[in-house]
Amino acid sequence: MATATFPRARPARRASVFRRMFSADSLARAGVFLCATAILALTALLLWELWRNSALARARFGFNFLTSSNWDPVAGDFGALPYIFGTVVTSAVGLALAIPFGVGAAIFLAELAPAKLSDAMTFLIELLAAVPSVIFGLIGIFVLVPLLNRVVPGLKEAFGFLPIFSGPFYGVSLLSAGVVLSVMVAPYIISVSREVLLAVPRDMREAALALGATRWETTWHVVVPYARRGIMGSVFLALARALGETMAVTMVVGNTPQIAKSLLAPGYSIAAVIANEFAEATTDLHRSSLTELGLVLFGLTIVLNAAARLLILATGKRAGQ
Amino acid sequence: MKKIALLLSAGALWAAVAPAETLINGAGATFPYPMYSKWFNEYKKIHPDIQINYQSRGSGAGIAQVTAGTIDFGASDGPMNDLQIKEFEDKHMGTTILHFPTVLGADVPTYNIPGVNVSLNFTAEALAGIFLGKITKWNDPELVKANPGVKLPSADIIVVHRADGSGTTYIWTDYLSKVSKEWETKVGRGTSVKWPVGLGGQGNEGVTGQIKQSPNSIGYVELIYALQNKMLYGKVKNPAGEFVQADLASVTAAAAGAAKAMPDDFRISITNAPGKTAYPVSSFTWLLIPAKIADPAKKKAIVDFLGWMLKDGQTMTEALSYAPLPKEVVAKETKAIAKIK
Repeated sequence: MATATFPRARPARRASVFRRMFSADSLARAGVFLCATAILALTALLLWELWRNSALARARFGFNFLTSSNWDPVAGDFGALPYIFGTVVTSAVGLALAIPFGVGAAIFLAELAPAKLSDAMTFLIELLAAVPSVIFGLIGIFVLVPLLNRVVPGLKEAFGFLPIFSGPFYGVSLLSAGVVLSVMVAPYIISVSREVLLAVPRDMREAALALGATRWETTWHVVVPYARRGIMGSVFLALARALGETMAVTMVVGNTPQIAKSLLAPGYSIAAVIANEFAEATTDLHRSSLTELGLVLFGLTIVLNAAARLLILATGKRAGQ
Repeated sequence: MKKIALLLSAGALWAAVAPAETLINGAGATFPYPMYSKWFNEYKKIHPDIQINYQSRGSGAGIAQVTAGTIDFGASDGPMNDLQIKEFEDKHMGTTILHFPTVLGADVPTYNIPGVNVSLNFTAEALAGIFLGKITKWNDPELVKANPGVKLPSADIIVVHRADGSGTTYIWTDYLSKVSKEWETKVGRGTSVKWPVGLGGQGNEGVTGQIKQSPNSIGYVELIYALQNKMLYGKVKNPAGEFVQADLASVTAAAAGAAKAMPDDFRISITNAPGKTAYPVSSFTWLLIPAKIADPAKKKAIVDFLGWMLKDGQTMTEALSYAPLPKEVVAKETKAIAKIK
């Protein structure tokens, strides 16, 4: 009997070890761990490929690549500055317009609008985020540019003394690209900010109201500051989208690699020039330089995101959080 | 059960037939894509066992991919330069690459001047001056002189060019390089160049759209695009001193004018070609085919297709608004097919 039970006990213990090793928990943990590392690995691989394929341009131009304004595929001389400038300026204009509108809309949807209306509008806004960028580009060319052609003369009359509104206007410009970008990124800001505002605990609002604050005071002094980090998060998302946007920007920005002080002048962006020139780049150096532009865009995104995060930390400290 | 048996036998049949199909992959120029796509389709109807795939990814991509050896043939709107050919030979153990002209294309100047609804005359000096940013007003003497009877405004000229790298740009800048020393030294020829002035539009439609929305603008588009969209475009003065309107006949005339000087490798630019009726901003577009094809089935198919393209294929060009090759060039190319080993 004893000899019979002994061998049976052993497999049983082995099975429990087996079960413990491959329990649902640890399997799930391994699964999601793999997912997370895959994303990291993908980013690392992307960076490595950009680095490797831009070797020729990096060796030839060094840091001059970042400071030179010359982009001459025929002579084989490449500099990224006008593209960096265009990318930063169009994104900045886009965000400057989208943030107030986006946050305002989110406050209305989360705090003031009836639930049904809020849900319906949020659905529509999220649909807007799913519209392909080429559609925004077309709307930009056929609706926005003619509209700006009518609005800008008045703008110039009123603010023409400012350098950013000086010079001739051709319809396509840094400003046009910025406006199109603002429409494209606003849904991200609205959608994420609304969720964050809705997540603010009821107690916070009730406490403020109990202290005698009006509804607006409650929203502005209690709810929005509480949700500040989440709102900032939505802005990051919008920034990332704006920096990398290609199609809609190239259709309305004018595609002229220059550093103009006026927002009414045409410009160019990093993503746009890569898309435009890569397929027809006939020399290795040209291809390599376009790849290095990709690397620069990668770097730019990291730098701007880090700067924005530091900004949050700084304002957080000041607010005593 | 019957269904499964049927499926299995169908699968077996497919497996038996599939190896007999010769698959040929090509990539490159976008400009001749509608023509190529029609040709490959028609050719497939006569030769169901040969499948030719073509991706219109741009001339640069065509050259790069055929050099890398990832496709069987490339296609380009500009001939490969000596450096690119040497690179190909280095990678393929001395085997060179052959150019075969297929059809002809041309660029035309198109513009939007309020009150001007006629086809304007452009001299070489006027076009070079405008695109260099030296002629800045529509009533510049160079333009007024060439267009008697047309009331040109004193407005500033807005220049529009292609922003995306393109064979169309190559032809345009190749022409400007030939007629203007200053253009050649300051800008040069290429699928993308450093433009002295102007706005960039995306594709023929982007350039057209920008011109339509900007009064007093000028740009260039492909002839076929202008014809298909019934656009107004200008005449260009050729070296014989005539202002010529681009159409299929005048483009073929440019090729015929240059055909006498056709080199054996077919790498020739026919911009600014001689001949009274020749349109000066014309160009061939080429298939790029390795001189040695290892797979005998592929070799046979490509050789046969080239023969068909030069004979039957050429009769289909005009329906799609492409100018056909002149007879002399067809004869010379037919002989050159034998170079494929």
